[in-house]
Amino acid sequence: MSNPERGAPVVELSGITKRFPGVVANSDVNLTVRAGEVHAVCGENGAGKSTLMKILYGMQQPDEGSIAVNGETVRLRNPQDAIRAGIGMVHQHFMLADNLTVQENVLLGAERLHGIGRKARERLAELAKQTGLRARPDVLLERLGVADRQRVEIIKVLYRGARIVILDEPTAVLVPQEVDALFETVRSMQEEGFTFIFISHKLDEVRAIADTVTVIRRGTTVGTADPKTISSHELAEMMVGSELPSPETRESTVTTRDVLRVVELRLDAEGSDRAVLDHISFEVRAGEVLGIAGVEGNGQTELVETIMGMRKAAGGHLELVDADGAARDLTKLGTLARREAGIGYVPEDRTRHGLLLTQPLWTNRILGYQTRRPVAKGQLLDIAGARKDTERIVADYDVRTPGIDVPAAALSGGNQQKLVVGRELSGDPVLLIASHPTRGVDVGAQALIWEQIRRARAAGLAVLLISADLDELIGLSDTIRVMLRGRLVSEADPATVTPQELGSAMTGAEEGA
Amino acid sequence: MSTASDLTDQNPSSAPVTVSATPPKRGLPGWLRGVIWAVVAIGVLATASYLTGVNTLTSTNTAQTALRLALPILFCALGGLWAERAGVINIGLEGMMILGTWGAAWGSFYGGVWAGLLAAIAFGALGGLLHAIATVTFNVNHIVSGVAINLLGLGVTKFLASLIFTPISGNPKQSPPVPKFDTYSATFLSDWLGDLEKQQRVGISDAAGIIRGLITEVSPLAMIALLLVPLSYLVLWRTRFGLRLRSCGENPVAAESLGVNVYAHKYVAVLISGGLAGMGGASLVLLANGADYLENQTSGRGYIGLAAMIFGNWRPGGLLGGAALFGYADGLQLSGGGTAVLALLYGAVILLGVIVIVQLVRRRWFAAGAGVVGAAVLYWIYWANDDLPSDLIPYTAHFVTLIVLAVASQRLRAPKADGARYRRGEGD
Amino acid sequence: MTGWRTKILPPLLAIIFSLIISAIALVISGSDPFEAYGTMVKQLFVGSTAVDTVNLASVYYLSGLAVAIGFQMNLFNIGVEGQYRFAAVIAAIVGGALQLPPVIHTVVIILVAAIAGAAYAAIPAVLKVTRGVSEVISTIMLNSIVGGIVAFLINPKQFGVQTGNDVSTKPIPESGHVPGVPLGAGTLFGFVLIAALIGFAYWFMLTRTRFGFELKASGESGTAAAAGGVNAQKMTLIAMLLSGAVAGMVALPELLGRDYSYGITSTQMYGFTGIAVALLGRNHPAGIGLGALLWAFLDKSAVSLEQIQVPKEIATIMQGAIVLSVVVAYEIVKRADLAAEQRRVGKALAGNGKRKPADVSEGGAV
Repeated sequence: MSNPERGAPVVELSGITKRFPGVVANSDVNLTVRAGEVHAVCGENGAGKSTLMKILYGMQQPDEGSIAVNGETVRLRNPQDAIRAGIGMVHQHFMLADNLTVQENVLLGAERLHGIGRKARERLAELAKQTGLRARPDVLLERLGVADRQRVEIIKVLYRGARIVILDEPTAVLVPQEVDALFETVRSMQEEGFTFIFISHKLDEVRAIADTVTVIRRGTTVGTADPKTISSHELAEMMVGSELPSPETRESTVTTRDVLRVVELRLDAEGSDRAVLDHISFEVRAGEVLGIAGVEGNGQTELVETIMGMRKAAGGHLELVDADGAARDLTKLGTLARREAGIGYVPEDRTRHGLLLTQPLWTNRILGYQTRRPVAKGQLLDIAGARKDTERIVADYDVRTPGIDVPAAALSGGNQQKLVVGRELSGDPVLLIASHPTRGVDVGAQALIWEQIRRARAAGLAVLLISADLDELIGLSDTIRVMLRGRLVSEADPATVTPQELGSAMTGAEEGA
Repeated sequence: MSTASDLTDQNPSSAPVTVSATPPKRGLPGWLRGVIWAVVAIGVLATASYLTGVNTLTSTNTAQTALRLALPILFCALGGLWAERAGVINIGLEGMMILGTWGAAWGSFYGGVWAGLLAAIAFGALGGLLHAIATVTFNVNHIVSGVAINLLGLGVTKFLASLIFTPISGNPKQSPPVPKFDTYSATFLSDWLGDLEKQQRVGISDAAGIIRGLITEVSPLAMIALLLVPLSYLVLWRTRFGLRLRSCGENPVAAESLGVNVYAHKYVAVLISGGLAGMGGASLVLLANGADYLENQTSGRGYIGLAAMIFGNWRPGGLLGGAALFGYADGLQLSGGGTAVLALLYGAVILLGVIVIVQLVRRRWFAAGAGVVGAAVLYWIYWANDDLPSDLIPYTAHFVTLIVLAVASQRLRAPKADGARYRRGEGD
Repeated sequence: MTGWRTKILPPLLAIIFSLIISAIALVISGSDPFEAYGTMVKQLFVGSTAVDTVNLASVYYLSGLAVAIGFQMNLFNIGVEGQYRFAAVIAAIVGGALQLPPVIHTVVIILVAAIAGAAYAAIPAVLKVTRGVSEVISTIMLNSIVGGIVAFLINPKQFGVQTGNDVSTKPIPESGHVPGVPLGAGTLFGFVLIAALIGFAYWFMLTRTRFGFELKASGESGTAAAAGGVNAQKMTLIAMLLSGAVAGMVALPELLGRDYSYGITSTQMYGFTGIAVALLGRNHPAGIGLGALLWAFLDKSAVSLEQIQVPKEIATIMQGAIVLSVVVAYEIVKRADLAAEQRRVGKALAGNGKRKPADVSEGGAV
């Protein structure tokens, strides 16, 4: 593999179009990446970044368009082809095996290159030094933290001789120091002539690391710019466009009545006494949307699951106050009792936590409500009631389905989510916990879900909103708390805060930046 | 194996947020740990034998019987290891073993012992092939498929036996007498150890008895089995093929993304697994003074092999220990009956005593306390009984399995994607 | 409707496939498959075979139900074998020792059997919930151990009586029997009716009660069930005990309707048959019923096959082939059906005029 001159185009995607049944994921995408640069590909969740990268890594084939690597047109039929062309990918969800050692994880599939003996170990040690991995090669991967796992992923790519490295949302799971360390590695490797394609939707990071940025919106490239000269405002507008629905909340409906009180909540990591959540205290009031901002992996998932009783808190206290002002201690209750006390729950992963995929829609209506009317009477289910109420949700929440007897798996993501939101707002909740409520749903469903949350808030519901979409957080919330390394570290007023300010608070760089 | 709701698994957002891993403690090498366990085991048995006066605990005869009984279990445990390391739960080992018994008898009758062994492997692998087709290609639940194969294996074997053997032996449930493997003894060493055993010296005579049992009248099959343990380790942990195979059991999606043909590796693993189970069947049929083919002669040994593998934490060395334990428990009750099993209880009390001391040194008070209670209960049973009910004695190995699993299950580590459905191109 | 196809097609395919397989085996063994199959069907009309088949099916039905309860939540109760034999020997001993008025005596025996079965199932249940021991391995061990327990309990030193060469429990007095219904040349077990009732209760529990919903939800998705407030450990425990209780009744049709005592020679393997029957019937109460009848029919036909010099083991091969091919067939049809359903939803929505909005990260990119 020749080493192209710095600045020469190494990857050229032209006219890439990819269709899925009923969906166009990419249409006429053009992207030119030059040797030795860090090229950011930016866009909202669901804009088509991932599909594009899967095409470049040979995991999917484009319907139209061509790919050229180092000036030669190539067909990438599988990841092996991409690897041969010198392209490597660091997946957002690590492709690593916990119970294999670091060395085994790196060598797997590339045993031919340097064998599996001494030569391989030497090469591995070299790369470990380059990426700052200090773990011994014979350590089981499960003992490594997230940042080290990411280093192993990068080493895997380098071990195969890649000169073009795709980093798919690499910072989503990292804490700020780890992000800094990653960027340092990227910069030093850039010096050595590596080319990076950096997928992100975080503007501050893009501005910090990228030489060039290409924005993708709704499956197509909107433009390419120099992040050092373009203003954040311009960049954001490129990403979001102007015609997208805005989640802005009009007038405040916040009351003085507390609905959820969380006092000094603490959660320990499984099998150790390391705190995943610590000193968490907050209140959510009726008519208030409390937004929790934070880089993913800082304890938001755990916070929600602890409030829902799916994880057992190590300390602290939870209280839910109903409409009449009677406080109820939730600390010792199970998930079902907490739900019955009036908590609605829109989980972050609807297919794992929200739905029974092979069951019909009306059966899914019962999940979480199996003790309550209208879907149950005592120990018996009320099937007629469940069906009727599902029909109501389908109509009210615009769930696009031919009927309520189709399995949940047959619906699209947006329609599944509308069903879940509809269900969770049906049990007369006093508190709604919405975890990434519009993740992976289409624009129409997003607008509808925002509207429903706003309406419920106006009716006096308390909402705890967790989201990675800062615009959503700012637009919907009455108050924003920032979560960092398992603690609530600061508070922001959504009326005045900008996504940039919030972003720096989330990375703990508030004072410095 | 089942879907107990573990909220943390597969959830990337719940990965630990640590910055760097704590440096792990350097453990003893595996072979040394094995030697230590063997020494402790012999020591405990010698002490128990001395204190209770029951010599059967460490007699040549017991060791010999134990070895013979451990063989099928060891083969099946190895079979389980190969399949489960590739991510396929193989509860069909029992059925494949039954196929192996018939194959062994048939091959041996017509072509001699080695042909018998080959036929056993082929028949077992045939069962493995079926299991692979169902679980890998069609994604049938592994346990469901395993159960079905056990049924089918039994049916096919019975059918074949009545078809082929009835005209010769006149009995559909039994094969005609078939040639057996010759046995070999390290005569010189064996005689010397025999003398040593007779001298009744504490410890030395016990060790001599056990070792003599393991080197006297040993069949080639036993040697093959014992060789397969390090061989499996080398192939699975020290070769490219083994690494790829294990990656299919840990994270098939990642393996696929790196160009590993997951289906092919799973197929090969399950075929080898079946072949090993078939050899387990052969070890019931082709050993000197073993039975010929006999209906229902496996009597659940395939399952016990699987338990031995779990006991051994999905490691070759560990499952050897598991197979030895079950073989010994079985051999002891056969050669010594209730009194010997009682003496074994006494040995267990001593072993627990050792463990309690170790736990106290490590300041694990709860574990030590549990050990004391366990030892007290066992000692009470020993002290209150002169003999154990003869009806229950044959199930010593099963009781041991249950107790060991209850104590050790939480410390065991199955391959991560063991029993999981996998379809090409479905990962994210 | 695709639901019909999912339910009926796989077993039909499996039966046809196994007929072909066994036909090949029959030809190899030098028999005429058509003659063999003809004999199998004809035997139904000879003597008491039909009634005997239904009687045996009631045993298999109960066993299948017991297995199915566990299967509903992906719990593999391989231990029905052990549980029913343990329950049978306890029930036979208690029933033989008691002197009670009719009906009450029977009810007491049934209850004792259910409790004994549940108690034996409690061992793997508790081990699983508290110690994380896989129920598959522990129940298999307990299946073997039960042989020792039965032998121990019916040893004349304990509760058994020796009659000639046979050792068994003391016979249950007539007040404990379940009277049969004379039908043609045979006598239909009264317990057939009770088995049907239990099947109905199972159906009702599964489709109409909160417990049944939680059971199915746990089986379908442990994570979603947990988020919906289902306590997985509690469900595991209850499902296992319930499964054991039903397993406890497996031997009762024969014990209370024909044998009246439980001996060392009493038939074994009913528990394993239950697994096969539950798989055949896809855990559905009616499906299990059909599966049980089919299985019993094949069992009974072995006898008639022997009379025409066909190896009777061909029936066992058919059984094995049916089970293996039925699970494969279910899997294929299920996959095809979901794809069809998705297409149907897509088609129905395309007619809405408005184009379905892009949904990249969900349906598309994966």
